[in-house]
Formats: sequence, structure tokens, C-alpha cells
Amino acid sequence: MNIVRTTEQFGSFVIETTERWGKSCIFLVRILSALFRPPFRPYLYFQQVLQIGVNSSLVIGLIGLFTGAVLAVQGEYTLSKFGANAYTGPAVALSLIRELGPVLTALMVIGRAGSAVTAEVGIMRITEQIDALRSMAVDPIRYLMAPRLVAGVIAMPLLCGMFNVVGIFGGYIVAVGLLGLSSGTFMSQIESAVGLVDVYSGFIKAVVFGLIFGWVSCYKGYTCGFGAQGVNKATTQSVVTASVAVLIVDYFLTSVLTRVFMQ
Amino acid sequence: MISIRDVYKSFGSQCVLRGVSLDIEPGKTTAIVGPSGVGKSVLLKLIMGIMTPDSGSIFVGDRSITDAHSEGMKNSIRQELGVLFQSAALFDSLTIYENIAFSLRERLHRSARGAHSAVLEMAESLSLMPYLHRFPEQVSIGIRKRVGMARALITEPSILLIDEPNTGLDPLDGQEVYDLINACKNRWGFTGIVISHELPEVFQVSDRVAMILGGEIVMEGTPEDLISSPHPAVQQFLNGRTDGPIKIQ
Repeated sequence: MNIVRTTEQFGSFVIETTERWGKSCIFLVRILSALFRPPFRPYLYFQQVLQIGVNSSLVIGLIGLFTGAVLAVQGEYTLSKFGANAYTGPAVALSLIRELGPVLTALMVIGRAGSAVTAEVGIMRITEQIDALRSMAVDPIRYLMAPRLVAGVIAMPLLCGMFNVVGIFGGYIVAVGLLGLSSGTFMSQIESAVGLVDVYSGFIKAVVFGLIFGWVSCYKGYTCGFGAQGVNKATTQSVVTASVAVLIVDYFLTSVLTRVFMQ
Repeated sequence: MISIRDVYKSFGSQCVLRGVSLDIEPGKTTAIVGPSGVGKSVLLKLIMGIMTPDSGSIFVGDRSITDAHSEGMKNSIRQELGVLFQSAALFDSLTIYENIAFSLRERLHRSARGAHSAVLEMAESLSLMPYLHRFPEQVSIGIRKRVGMARALITEPSILLIDEPNTGLDPLDGQEVYDLINACKNRWGFTGIVISHELPEVFQVSDRVAMILGGEIVMEGTPEDLISSPHPAVQQFLNGRTDGPIKIQ
């Protein structure tokens, strides 16, 4: 009996998971197809880039500054054991551009703006605002979801670029100002160690993370359950799912991009 | 004008509507009444095409919204509908002015200038001029209902669907909403469907009444027919008694 019950439970888990994945993939395809059908509403896209991107820039700058500073301290400490503290600049820059910039930016944007997007769409769902849109023959996928998804894809690489620049600046202040490294060594080593492939790699990651951010936060809001508890659950799930997805996808992207760009 | 034919709708194992059939006459207002949770609002969402029935069909004019398989086809039928939602469902990121103009701008793609005079005229008609630049959370629920009415009527729909018009309102505001519905009906002459459980207040705006119980229409006729109906469930509901065929869940 136990085997039958376990098999049943496993079967229903597989079916439910497949159904959830299927629904969320159909949702993404609907958003992507909505991008190419008129009416195009550019002002909605600008509004969302402002909400998701510009309004996140302060926190991203702050996190970037201190991440760069910490990397410089840790890098200088570790590298000095091998007499290689001249490479602190490249250590900071490569860590930021290839890995920490895209990942930390994505996690911060998911925490700040992703939860807001899910809560906003979820509240629109439970207060019948989405039904009102449909009753007025306005497609909520095109009107609400597409601008948020696109804004995520546009804002994420821009914020990531800002994170990297501010982070390197933070590393420079600590390494040169506090740890006594020469300014010329710090900058010239970065120049010789960092290539365009590193920048491309970080950029591609940021675009993919922007897509994950928009997809998960919109989907969780759109399929939000009833009442305040439904919004609460959807917001938590949105942040957790998107953050975990970013870290998992990051591993596979890093593996693929490293092979592609290092050949 | 609206013809509902043998509509069934279930959610999981719970059957909400069991073969509902109803004809809504053009130019008349029909109230669909019944206790809470019997599927009145579900029926309204089926008419709007927001939900799909398990079986049966709903015709708006001569077009079936249940057979419209794409959102585009449904949207073309929805052009004939205006909806006043239970909570008014105003867009809280937009001002009252922008809420009223929304359908004109987003559905009919009118320019800001083109929509402006129509919005002002509608706001003037419904006494909304002092509130135009406020946001929905800055006005009372009564004003929000009025804005919802303005938003629904600005595209001059031939059919107006009204869900629980006086939910959350005190008796004075509730009466004001009924007066507003009658005034709008006289001016714009739409076909109306009003979902309500407030009897006999809803009779003020109804030419006909249909009562849903257990997922079926148990009585349909004029308000006078309903009042004089011998059906025990109708009498229990009218008199607000707890004992009778309607079980409180």
C-alpha cells in the first residue's frame, strides 16, 4: 500500500510540476508574442524602466561600492601571500565584471523591484483591476506584463554596468587609498587583464537574469491567490524562485560562456 | 440582446452553475439575485468572456462570446459591454480623470485632446468635476462607484453589467448609486444586468428579476412576480429567514 501511495504522490507531484512549468512557459510566450503586435505603448515601457531601473540605481550603486571595497581588501590580503598584490585590480575587476556584478545586481533588483512588481500585479488581480482591463478589451498581458518584462531586460544590464563601474571605483579607493597600492599598477593591470569577452559574458548574464526577473515576478503576480495572504505568498515565492533560478542559471551560463569565449 | 443557453460551470468538484438559461431583453434591466456564493458574479464573468463555461453558450447580440476562441474575437464582442465592478476596480495608479479617459485612450486609441472633451462632459454629467485630479484612494467609495460608472459609460456601450452596486455603501450612498443607475439608464438607454443580493432595493432599477439558487434559475419574471412567487426559497430569501430550503453555509 505504501508503494502505491508513494507512487501516486510522486506521480501527482510530476504532473503538477509539469503543469506549472507549462503554464509559466505559455505565459512567457504570450508576453513575447505581445511585444510584436500593435498597439505599441512606448510610454509604458519608459515608466517601467524608470520604476525598475532608475529607482534601483541608488541601492545598486551603494552595494556595488562596498562589494568592490570588500573585494579589494580580501584580494589584497590573499594575493599578498603570494607576493602578487599588484594583481588586486584585476581580481576586483574580473570578479565584478564576470560574476558578482550580474549576480548581485540581479539579486538586489529581484529583492527590491521584483517583489514590488509581484505585489502590484497581485493586488491588481485581487481587486479586479485586471478583470476591468479585460472587460475594456485591453489585453493585460500586453498592457501590464510586456512593459515589465522588457524593462527588466533593459534595466538589468544597465544596472549591472553601473554596479561594475562603482565597484571598481570602490576597490580603487580601498586598494590605492588605504592599502597603498600604486594607482598606475591598479589601473594598468585591470586594462591588461580584462578583455571584451569578460564584458560580453557579464552582459549576456545580466540580460538573461533580467528576463528571469520579469518572467517570474509577473507570472507570480498574475497567478496570485485570493486576498492579502495570496499576495503575501506570491511575493515571497517570486523573490525565492527568481533568486534561486538566477543562481542555478548562473552556473550553467558560466560553464557555457567560459567554453564559448575561451576557445 | 443577451442569451444564456444551458450554461454549466464547475470549479474542481464544486458545480456552481447547472444549466442556467436566461434571455435578457434589449433596453431592459434584469436583476440577477440570490444568496452569496451561488454563482451570480461567475455568471457575469462568463458574459464578459473572462471565464469560460464548461458547456453551454452565451450570445451577446448575435455573436457567441463562448465560441470566440481568441482574445481578439472576445474583445470585439466586449466593445458592446460596459462593466461596473463591485469595488469599482479603478486603476489606483491613475487619477480619476485618467481612469475615465482610459477606455477612450487605450481601447479606441483616441488622442489626449480627442478624449478630453468627452471626459469633461461625462464628469460634468456625473458630478465628478471636483475630483478629476485626485487618485481613487483619495475619494469615498460612493465617488469611486460613480467614477466606475463614468468609465463604463464613456464608450457608450449598448450593455451595462453591474456587479453588486451598493456593496460597502451606507444606505444613503447606496440609494445614490441606484439613482445614478436610473439616471444613466434614462440618458444612455442601455440594456442592463445587475447582480445583487439586496432585496427589495434592487427592484428600483430592475424591469425583470431572475433568482439563482443551487446553480439554477429558480424564478424569472417582473419584480412583482418575484414578490408574489409561492416558491419557498424565494419567500425565504425575500423575508430574510434563516429557516427554509436555503441553507446558510
